[in-house]
Amino acid sequence: MPLKRVDKTPMPERDAVLRSHDFFEVNEGYNIARAQFEAERCLRCQDPVCIDGCPVKIPIPDFIHRVAAGDMAGAAKVLRSANPLPAICGRVCPQESQCEEQCHIGTRFVPVAIGYLERFVADWEMNQEPGEEPEQPTRPEKVAIIGSGPAGLVCAGELARLGHPVTIFEGLHAAGGVLRYGIPEFRLPKEVLDWEIEQLKRLGVTIECNIIVGKTITLDDLFDEMGYAAVFVGTGAGLPQFMGIPGENLNGVYSANEFLTRVNLMHANDFPSADTPVMVGRRVAVIGAGNTAMDTVRTALRVGAEKGMIVYRRSDQEMTARVEEHHHAIEEGVEFHWLTNPVEVLGNEDGWVTGLKCIKMKLGEPDDSGRARPVPIEGSEFVFPVDNVVLSIGNKPNPLLLQTTKGLEANKWGCLVVEDETAQTSLRRVFAGGDAVTGAATVILAAGAGKSAAATIHRDLCE
Amino acid sequence: MARILEKRSLTPVTKLFRVDAPLVASAAEPGQFVIVRVREGGERIPLTIADYDRDAGTLTIVVQEVGTTTKYLGALEVGEEILDLVGPLGMALDIPAEGHVVGIGGGFGAAALLCLMRELSARGDRTTIIIGAREKELLILIDELTEVCDNLELCTDDGSTGFKGFVTERLAQLIAGEGPGRPDSVVAIGPMPMMRAVTETTRDTGIPTLVSLDPLMIDGTGMCGGCRVTINNEVKFACVDGPFFDAHQVDFDEAMRRNKMYVAQEQASKNRTACQSIAAEQT
Repeated sequence: MPLKRVDKTPMPERDAVLRSHDFFEVNEGYNIARAQFEAERCLRCQDPVCIDGCPVKIPIPDFIHRVAAGDMAGAAKVLRSANPLPAICGRVCPQESQCEEQCHIGTRFVPVAIGYLERFVADWEMNQEPGEEPEQPTRPEKVAIIGSGPAGLVCAGELARLGHPVTIFEGLHAAGGVLRYGIPEFRLPKEVLDWEIEQLKRLGVTIECNIIVGKTITLDDLFDEMGYAAVFVGTGAGLPQFMGIPGENLNGVYSANEFLTRVNLMHANDFPSADTPVMVGRRVAVIGAGNTAMDTVRTALRVGAEKGMIVYRRSDQEMTARVEEHHHAIEEGVEFHWLTNPVEVLGNEDGWVTGLKCIKMKLGEPDDSGRARPVPIEGSEFVFPVDNVVLSIGNKPNPLLLQTTKGLEANKWGCLVVEDETAQTSLRRVFAGGDAVTGAATVILAAGAGKSAAATIHRDLCE
Repeated sequence: MARILEKRSLTPVTKLFRVDAPLVASAAEPGQFVIVRVREGGERIPLTIADYDRDAGTLTIVVQEVGTTTKYLGALEVGEEILDLVGPLGMALDIPAEGHVVGIGGGFGAAALLCLMRELSARGDRTTIIIGAREKELLILIDELTEVCDNLELCTDDGSTGFKGFVTERLAQLIAGEGPGRPDSVVAIGPMPMMRAVTETTRDTGIPTLVSLDPLMIDGTGMCGGCRVTINNEVKFACVDGPFFDAHQVDFDEAMRRNKMYVAQEQASKNRTACQSIAAEQT
């Protein structure tokens, strides 16, 4: 038996000072030696509870053992059989609260770095010559997928593997949804996303960009005019929320969606080589403390801000960002202002942001979410002098499809209502999953929903 | 991709394109817009649908070459393709009251009145179009607009044709009962200062007035929130709630300020493009 080491094999990271000025990936990935070293830490439990923690149920010990044994091709095959987007999930999943949280070693030591190993195997696969062309779908029942984010991509991949011809309809000019416009290059390089999408195309998945179902064509058209047998709705949560405080429409105030889209989708970091600009002053305040807020503030540093601040009304204990993202942000010099609630964006006479007025908060009794409710401390108002304010306080599902589809039901938050077991909406043969159903959540939960919906759709169509 | 089937120069800087876009054409309604991107690395910009032909599967758009993207677009020729075109976006125009509808088009905004006024004429409204420009040569689509309305009123700043003065001055005369007479409703499309002037002209008359706002946009589906405008103290997204809003409720100061957010960058981008084309000519 190899010696079980208590700590996980460290992930090589680029120097914080250097990386905070460019968009190259922060985590450099394991090499083969590190991967095998780490793979040896897996206990090969009789009862692999790590799998229970995985929304797409990857046979985790199986692929890890193959890494340990040097069978990378086998590991890749196992991984891909359960997850059509391993190179993405290996980078952006919150493993610490999923598979790695369950890991038995974790009860006494640091859990096996399952996420790093997933990424290693996917990257290994990416560097191989493409194998034989996979079998193309032959079943007669075509499936349409609305939205090319993680839910839609995974659902498409699974259905194609089950033999269905699949077409994804995407409203933007490039596929990937939030993986394209939301997650920055330094966390998920676009060439990784492009490669994963390429793998889906090899399976026979067609992607039609620039088509907005609900505007360009209707959901009914998909069935009546275009002959699809079932539809999966993966339209995500792409409707940014604002706080409703004075000054939110001043020049220099962005939603995180707009700020990130300008950079990630439109390449504003390359302006003027790319035509879309982004306005970044010396000091940028980002409101919120989720992963999107971390992505936003770190992006702001990379497009020229000298000072990036996170302003959050709760404490670091209630922050929803991943530990790793928080840690990377600290390393890159981001300032954190906990228990600080913005009350007004201040501007000059020309309408440009000059400051963010905040009030100090303290923690009170638990609220509906179970987290301690922040309460304002009277008379504690103060002003941060800033040049930009970016709101990253959450998204609601996009209502475009709902507005034009009769009989499609949503709850009061605009989330599509689906049956738990089947993911079927209020309309027959229309299924849904991901943020469009749950409200803003994680890539892997969306992927899991896409995967299980694919299984029900297949059953439904073939019975 | 949308192939260009026809191109016409309406003024030295205004181009009309008829493009092949059957899906968009079959879904389009008067007043909606599309978003286009004309090259890799290019911006996404909204353009009003001037006209559409569902049978032929074509869309007509009119573009004024003012910035980098519109210059690239204006340089495209018949047979070439617009890289990305998506739509129709926004809500169609909804004028509930029947009667005498006056459509006002400033500059290339006149083009947007084509399908809009045709539809209103077809449903039985009495329709008047007022278009204005600095001089006669800059008035566009006169023949086409004549066909879609009952009265076409031309205005020029220098009096080279039609009424000498601004469209708002002519509108005030109509409100006073001159020419085709007092409007029952007004819809204005064009540059912000012109729409604002129209709004002030009708503010105290009780005549319902709509303006078509064109803030900066990226996705056009409500995802980025860049196009937010304040209507009656409430924030709306022009891309999904608009583009038409009750003119008398619009916060024009804010809308005009937000549209100028990137003036410096737009100039930098234009200068760069100009330098590149000079360099290209010299080699």
